[in-house]
Amino acid sequence: MRVRITFSKQGALRYTGHLDLHRLWERAMRRASLPITYSQGFHPQPKMSLAAALPLGFASRAEMLDVRLNDDIPVEDISTRLKNSLPVDIQIINIESVDERAPALQTQVLSAAYEVHLTEPVVGAELTRKVEALMMSESILRERRGKSYDLRPLIEMLSVVTEASGKVWLRMTLAARDGATGRPEEVLNALEIAPEYTRVERTRLIFQK
Amino acid sequence: MLTPEQVELKLDRILLKVQKPGRYVGGELNSIRKEWDKAQTKVAFVFPDIYDIGVSNVGLKILYDQVNQREDALAERAYAPWLDMEELMREHEIPLYALESKRPLACFDLIGFTLPYETLYTNTLNILDLAGIPLHSAERDESHPIIIAGGHSATNPEPMHAFIDAFVIGEGEEVIHDIINTIQAFKGKRKDERNVLFRLSSFDARKELLRELTRISGVYVPSFYATTYMDDGTVAVTEPILPDAPKTVNKRIVAKLPPPPTKFIVPNIEVIHNRVSVEIMRGCTRGCRFCQAGMITRPVRERSVQEVVDAADEAIRASGFEELALMSLSSSDYTYINDLVDAISKRFEGRKLTVNLPSLRIESVSVNLMEKLKQHRSGGFTLAPEAASERMRRIINKFIPDEDIINTTREIYSRGWTTIKLYFMIGHPSETLEDVQAIVDLCRRVIEEGRKVAGWKVKLHAGVSTFVPKPQTPFQWVACDTRDNILEKQALLKRQLLKDKSIKLSWTKPEDSLLEAWLSRGDRRMADVIYSAWKNGAKFDAWDEGKKQEAWLSAFEEHGLDPAFYTHRQRRTDEVFPWEHITAAVRKNFLFQDFRMSLEGQIRVDCRLNCFACGILPTFANLRRENPGEGWKCPDVKTPARKIDIELPVVGD
Repeated sequence: MRVRITFSKQGALRYTGHLDLHRLWERAMRRASLPITYSQGFHPQPKMSLAAALPLGFASRAEMLDVRLNDDIPVEDISTRLKNSLPVDIQIINIESVDERAPALQTQVLSAAYEVHLTEPVVGAELTRKVEALMMSESILRERRGKSYDLRPLIEMLSVVTEASGKVWLRMTLAARDGATGRPEEVLNALEIAPEYTRVERTRLIFQK
Repeated sequence: MLTPEQVELKLDRILLKVQKPGRYVGGELNSIRKEWDKAQTKVAFVFPDIYDIGVSNVGLKILYDQVNQREDALAERAYAPWLDMEELMREHEIPLYALESKRPLACFDLIGFTLPYETLYTNTLNILDLAGIPLHSAERDESHPIIIAGGHSATNPEPMHAFIDAFVIGEGEEVIHDIINTIQAFKGKRKDERNVLFRLSSFDARKELLRELTRISGVYVPSFYATTYMDDGTVAVTEPILPDAPKTVNKRIVAKLPPPPTKFIVPNIEVIHNRVSVEIMRGCTRGCRFCQAGMITRPVRERSVQEVVDAADEAIRASGFEELALMSLSSSDYTYINDLVDAISKRFEGRKLTVNLPSLRIESVSVNLMEKLKQHRSGGFTLAPEAASERMRRIINKFIPDEDIINTTREIYSRGWTTIKLYFMIGHPSETLEDVQAIVDLCRRVIEEGRKVAGWKVKLHAGVSTFVPKPQTPFQWVACDTRDNILEKQALLKRQLLKDKSIKLSWTKPEDSLLEAWLSRGDRRMADVIYSAWKNGAKFDAWDEGKKQEAWLSAFEEHGLDPAFYTHRQRRTDEVFPWEHITAAVRKNFLFQDFRMSLEGQIRVDCRLNCFACGILPTFANLRRENPGEGWKCPDVKTPARKIDIELPVVGD
């Protein structure tokens, strides 16, 4: 059967990267005695895939994993078994069984939404002005790993949230397609906010219908 | 002192700038986070090397579990931050903290360092410094944690005597409880207005607590001992300066191995050993003369097959690890090794698991054992002949004839393993170039014979280390080989072995062996050298990125000490060693007799076959009497235990 797990990744696990997260799930499945399907061949790999890599340091409450199991197991049972097998910083949000023939999860992601909280106080009006200026510009040329690219078309939404308490934070939705992925820290750099003075959380993955 | 929240906030600002930030955040499955305020005694265990190496250390895992099983105490962990992290921690003023609670190490009552190898000494100083704790024991008062250390390096604690408050000599499973109990009782008395301790100054109170620690068997408090030296710089005597401190500190052992740990910490990042380790047996009866572990971990105590298999199963289930290691100094000597291997293969049949059985004897039985355990035969096969000439084999008391080695390696290749790793050792002072040439000849023969049975794909990896004469071994009297000799011997190996593309050779740099020798053979004066070397920037001495030979040489010079005094000097037979007042219960006479036998090329057989009265039994006669039978591999103590039935009168109130 093919199972889709939505989970959060918080706390210490923000510093566990994509490959390590893969291994973490493989071990969690083994601890929970869930029979993962392995590929054939000399070096069998677990049939398991994560929807979209989460950059190191970010939290998430919307990660998704597809995994194939050798047996059909009721999703409630999977959920109970996994609960005691995961580190504290991963919480399961949803488990569902999906069609075996459905397209691969990674190919269906369109964009990702983030919340950015600031750990140093900022002047709200100034931030709003910067955000507006950024959104008004036609292109934002930036460089990453020695390659120049335009960040602007990758920003689908960017807004400042001002709470009644006066606390100010950011919300953004960035493209997350293959070869066209917007990175929250690039947006923060464009806004002249040092990423290390923020806490970023992925809140949603948006898929093709 | 920073709160955990402040530490975390500061960490978030730097972690993305370092390699592998997952080393510094904890949160692993099976790590234990207890409520801080509910624990009377807080203990931090430190492995003073990076997380990637330290997190899988079984010794600390045992102690971590021992302490966390207590209602009244908690244990957390810390490791040495890598160079990039250290720089940022200093820049952002983040003190070294424990991974579970993120509390600075200085908040703990007790910090326990494990020192399995000597090149961790400068890291130990660096960690105290990063934690904001005064480095010298004499500068600390009651507001600082008690700093204890144990592990194989504690066999000669003297070079670190100035920095560590108390050393645990021997096995820690029981002692750790005695230490915690003593600290708790002391703190209770200290709060009691009617007690004399109540009025002591903070400095004196700490001294008094250390004094109470000297009463625990197996605990050595160096500040209560003084060393005097002879004119030639050797030790005259090391004596207690307190009447009630023991003249000789005897190691502590557990009579029966407690149940092995089964809740292994599962790191959230890639580390060196992702595996469950179950200790099947402690100690070794072979008596190889260079092997410190074999001398200091006696007596041999075995776990039952049932206990090992059940623990392995439980630990694999609780961790999800892909690998199981069955640990001991000499697996082949485990009495029920065949039964164990059968039981393990049966229990884990069909599960994806690699089983490691290291330290196998060089004989065809070993190949059968490995065959049963290997589902995928992709890995290599490791054997340790150590020496290749009959003369050297007799000297080191590891006598394996060439024919046994050739027959075994041929068998290994023919059964499908393509790579064999052979461990050798060079640098014994009586070794000649012919003995080194014998290593070359043996390696070539192994490969040639291998090719006959398995073709040109066969490979050989020769790991040639350099001998360091260790304290509490029969070789404690001998000198280290000179740098020039070692270089000449290594040049011979490289010249001849590297010609063959199927042979890989690895070796130890002479500087690394010398540093290890200074630190393991040094006296109390080495403490100043260690301190100065650390001041000069030495740390991570086992790492190419860290070590600084100049830092050490200038430290020796600064204190007017000659490094060669410690390493290149055959010790007089009547010399008092810096570690003379510490004993692993193997008598000096026994070691000396064994040393004399080595000079005459005499072999001493496995002591399971014949007890040579090394000193273990008289020291631990009571423990042996209480635990008769085959758990220990020493003979039973015949005299019946005398039972004391009378009640002793209580004097006073």
